[in-house]
Amino acid sequence: MSEHIVKSFDEELERLRGAVQEMGGLAAEQLELSLRALLEPDPELAEQVVEADSEIDALEQRISQDAIRLLALRQPMAVDLRQAIAAIKIAFDLERSGDLAKNIALRLPVLKGFANRGTLETVARMGELAGWQLHDVLRAYSGTDPVLAREVWLRDRQIDDLYESNFRVYLTYMMEDPRTISAYTHLHFVAKNIERIGDHSTNIARSVYYLAEGVPLDEPRPKGADAKTAYVDPPAET
Amino acid sequence: MSADTKVEARDVSVYYGKKQALFNVDLDIDSRQVTSLIGPSGCGKSTFLRCVNRMNDTIEGCRVQGKIRLDGEDIHDRTLDPVKLRARVGMVFQKPNPFPKSIYDNVAYGPRLHGLVSRKDETEELVRSSLQRAGLWQEVEDRIHEPGTSLSGGQQQRLCIARAIAVRPEVILMDEPCSALDPIATARIEELIDELRENFTIVIVTHSMQQAARVSQRTAFFHLGILVEEGDTEKIFTSPTDKRTQDYITGRSG
Repeated sequence: MSEHIVKSFDEELERLRGAVQEMGGLAAEQLELSLRALLEPDPELAEQVVEADSEIDALEQRISQDAIRLLALRQPMAVDLRQAIAAIKIAFDLERSGDLAKNIALRLPVLKGFANRGTLETVARMGELAGWQLHDVLRAYSGTDPVLAREVWLRDRQIDDLYESNFRVYLTYMMEDPRTISAYTHLHFVAKNIERIGDHSTNIARSVYYLAEGVPLDEPRPKGADAKTAYVDPPAET
Repeated sequence: MSADTKVEARDVSVYYGKKQALFNVDLDIDSRQVTSLIGPSGCGKSTFLRCVNRMNDTIEGCRVQGKIRLDGEDIHDRTLDPVKLRARVGMVFQKPNPFPKSIYDNVAYGPRLHGLVSRKDETEELVRSSLQRAGLWQEVEDRIHEPGTSLSGGQQQRLCIARAIAVRPEVILMDEPCSALDPIATARIEELIDELRENFTIVIVTHSMQQAARVSQRTAFFHLGILVEEGDTEKIFTSPTDKRTQDYITGRSG
């Protein structure tokens, strides 16, 4: 991309992109740390995640203010306009992802005595997958890469599939031993948060695609399994 | 060419002496729409505009090649009177240029010349309705016989638009009609353009990209005498196809 005749315009756009990238790095780190805190379990680390969320919120504020100022004062067109809009939208999705990571960390007190290592590790693997998605979509943003953005968008179904199968597993455990209901409900919320972070990455992927191509990514996406339909019949009345 | 095409330009090239100013332009201008022509100075946009009512004929050494059709009719046809053509294709210039006559006579001059009116009451009615459509009537109705040049810049430009529409043209060409006006007068003209598009086909040359984006439905980008890209205004300003268009509208040096 060639440079603007007005150099300060380039600097403002670059600063905006830089802030979004920084925010992305923070959100990805928050997700990783919240999962580690859950696995260890490490209450101090969880506390740290909760506190760091305000940093992401502040960045989101700054990005939207900078983008609004850019729109008002520069009246950007074409790719510059898409750049400003993408920054606002991506910052929103990253802020939500950060909140969801914080929400995972907040569940540590109720989950720290949780005995079923296997289900915890499965959730962590799902979280790892969401982390890669986030990482890749941020890479797509950095390189304005529509191909990678589309890949991320298509890959989200893997997380959906895991989420759905986890849910079935939890239902089984809860039926076997009702004393685990509280823990598995919280674990299910953790899984749900991770699944939502995955959705935000697909939103970001769409924003990056539009930024790069100037047309929306609106092909039909193969949908993963849907936990909305996971159901276990109650025992028949006797 | 579609049914809605008002002006059809095919392979239009323009030379000023030996210098070629426009290269093989193909462009369809739709009926009852605003088409804006944008591009850096010297890109050929005004040259193209002036082809449409053969204003270039008046320039010494200027040669136009290719075909331009108005409603399918060749405007260079020998049997076609350029004066009649210019009544069908009116023009508004950058600098408001009212005649050194009264407001009334500025508007009445064209219709009288072209024999559109004969009786006094007919003329009065046409002057009034033209000034009304140009959004100027209320401001001038009680001083209609004062000189046109006594009006403010924005009012003068609306007077020129009233003068242009008084001869009932089909197409109105505007060459940077707002560049000498303040933002309020500009907004009035833009609102007027939007209203006029119900009845007229409008082609506007502008250096203000925001203005092109605000007033037009189609945009054509010219660069170095070449029509680089043409399409829906929304598309041109959100995701242009050609890098030259992108560089120009985003203010890049290319």
